[in-house]
Amino acid sequence: MRRRGLLSVLPALTLTLFLAPVIAGLIGTWLPAFGYLPALGGDSFTLAPWAMLAAQPGLGESLRLTLLSGFLATFLAFALTVGFLAACHGGRLVRAVRGLMAPLIALPHAAVALGLAFLIAPSGWLVRLVSPWATGWQLPPDIATVQDPNALALTLGLVVKEMPFLLLMTLAALEQVRADERLAVARSLGYGPVTAWLKAVLPAVYRQIRLPLYAVLAYALSVVDVALILAPLTPPPLAVQVLRWFNDPDLSMRFVAAAGACLQLLVVVAGIGLWRLGEILAERLGRAWIAGGSRGGNGRLARPLAAGLVQGLVALAAASLLALALWSVTERWRFPDALPASLGLETWARQAPHAASVAGTTLATGLLAAAIALLLVLGCLENEQRRGLTLSNRALWLLYVPLLVPQVAFLFGTQVLAIQTGIDATWLALVWSHLLFVLPYVFLTLGDSYRALDERYARTALCLGAHPNRVFWQVKLPMLLRPVLFALAVGFAVSVAQYLPTLFAGGGRFVTLTTEAVGLAAGGDRRVIGVYAFLQALLPLIAFAAALAVPKPLALARKLTVQPA
Amino acid sequence: MSVIELATGQGLTLSQVEIVHPAPGGVRHIIGPVSLSVPPGEVVTVMGPSGCGKSSLLAMICGTLDAALEGSGRVLLNGADVSDKPPETRHVGILFQDDLLFPHLSVAGNLAFGLPAAVKGRRARRARIEAALAEADMLAFYDRDPTTLSGGQRARIALLRTLLSEPRALLLDEPFAKLDVALRAKFRSFVFEHARAQALPTLLVTHDPQDAADAGGPRLQIDADGRVLGGRASGRGHRPGGTP
Repeated sequence: MRRRGLLSVLPALTLTLFLAPVIAGLIGTWLPAFGYLPALGGDSFTLAPWAMLAAQPGLGESLRLTLLSGFLATFLAFALTVGFLAACHGGRLVRAVRGLMAPLIALPHAAVALGLAFLIAPSGWLVRLVSPWATGWQLPPDIATVQDPNALALTLGLVVKEMPFLLLMTLAALEQVRADERLAVARSLGYGPVTAWLKAVLPAVYRQIRLPLYAVLAYALSVVDVALILAPLTPPPLAVQVLRWFNDPDLSMRFVAAAGACLQLLVVVAGIGLWRLGEILAERLGRAWIAGGSRGGNGRLARPLAAGLVQGLVALAAASLLALALWSVTERWRFPDALPASLGLETWARQAPHAASVAGTTLATGLLAAAIALLLVLGCLENEQRRGLTLSNRALWLLYVPLLVPQVAFLFGTQVLAIQTGIDATWLALVWSHLLFVLPYVFLTLGDSYRALDERYARTALCLGAHPNRVFWQVKLPMLLRPVLFALAVGFAVSVAQYLPTLFAGGGRFVTLTTEAVGLAAGGDRRVIGVYAFLQALLPLIAFAAALAVPKPLALARKLTVQPA
Repeated sequence: MSVIELATGQGLTLSQVEIVHPAPGGVRHIIGPVSLSVPPGEVVTVMGPSGCGKSSLLAMICGTLDAALEGSGRVLLNGADVSDKPPETRHVGILFQDDLLFPHLSVAGNLAFGLPAAVKGRRARRARIEAALAEADMLAFYDRDPTTLSGGQRARIALLRTLLSEPRALLLDEPFAKLDVALRAKFRSFVFEHARAQALPTLLVTHDPQDAADAGGPRLQIDADGRVLGGRASGRGHRPGGTP
């Protein structure tokens, strides 16, 4: 309990840094939703914004699209994750797919969505590959495969991006619940492999992945950038509609937008509540099923099916990236040619000056946000260890707050606050707004590894006469170099992918690869979109590659050190 | 003469040391009260069933007691009360079941980590490390990656690292448990010889009666509730109810 210096105030500082804007933002959104925003003449509380919101045409359809895509995408991602792990547990395929998950998670949502649109659109690569020889189409068919009326393209895009996240979280949870032993016991009692997994492993694992699952649901119910690219736009899902109202030149629409943002939050809260009800129901039915004694089959059918679906999704993500790259170097590609007629770097050359400046902003914001987040997280974890604290479940929920609360539900309030404090459209506001979302991911990525390091190393070092700071810099950090760099890469990737925070905090002054690519999606040239979206995907991938490559030379350099601190 | 210099004194003394775990449901007793004195060069063995608090006792002595636990009583080193001192200024070396060599440092890097900063100059530090390695017949391992060494070699490097830090007492938390029988006897003599040569008061925690027999010194027997039962040399090592 000694040495209460800067370190001991870090947790409070960190919590304030990332919870205060969320809380202030929520207040700043709820007040206008009830008519209070003096800057725009709203001096008294009224329900008028809600009445105006209810009267907006297409609100019901927006809600339907939001709920349909949100629930369907979350359920499919979850079912695929569980199905794949139950059918293929311990196999080589799981190990191979696990290796691919990090780069898949690193890919920004918008880049995957744009690549997917390039693939599945009526004039997309997939149709071109089978036309006209198999379909007879000389012109793109009149079928809405992107921006379809049931938002199925949006659902697919979300599944492609969210399944890797859930899969990685579940794989981490499997180690904690000693899945291999549970499975061995169930198998020895005569259960088939898939049934054994579902009956003996899933109930324990589910508890561990509940929060990540809620985060996925909250995200899917409130996503903006992917929806702008893949969802129908007349009317769009609720979150996109709310953004439109916020951007309406008629300032009185800010009140409707604020009410819409609150409705978006209520949708997410109700959505999570509904999912919880589903959990309770599934638990009741599941108990009876587990106790029923049915042993299940040998999983021969389930294995290729689950493996095929997951491999298909991975292939789709990879093909999306390839489509972006190909379009960025395309000079001429007429429908229905399977490949471009001519390739060249003309688009890259033309876009280079602007792309360099946009990439620079993206890089600087990402590196700053990730580095600050890493410093705060390392400080909090070190403080936790020195003071022998453990992270309670309640604290974990706090960490998830920015991931569970829809961005559109509080960023407007945060923007109002930023304007009032005079930091609107500054680097400070931009990096801070990214930090809100970067920090939880850095904490979640690094926390387990940091706590898993055998504490006896630190004890031994202390007993050798090393000051705790020296133990931190010379023992813990070098031993944790890989997870630390990995967390930095995750933080950077999260920052690169931010769309709404850049839009709101940047105040139009800051353009990142994500805002540029999503902005171009509305009707831009595929070649130009290809350049920006590919760059957007490339930056996080480079960060991950660097995180994996750097530790070796650093470790070698330290091997011969004999000098004291 | 050994290359490892050591301060000598009156040894390690525990006075009414007791550890408890304050929990919402009430205070749980972990171990104690323990009162004993270990003169320089003597090895006192602490034996008892798993979970009786032996390791917590060692943690209390070297100042790294888990924050969830609460310790009382006094720890004295060469007559000075170190109970409130941070671990890095107590000069109490500890060896665990695992060697815990830092994998990102070479053998020499690990030894240099233990060597006090007061030994100045690259050449002087290198000389001390080389002399220590030579004494253990391991000079050839100077630049080696510790992860490439055998279990016995790693264990010896871990001991050298601790001795180079110039401790005033040595705590051994089952350091022989993971070694095979032949290696175990060899390493045991290596540790005890060095502890005696450096006149280090040494506390050994073990389950193995052979370890205790080789240690030769008094034994302290702890029961499952963490209470001191005494032992073969309880009159000398442990004085129930009183300060030594």
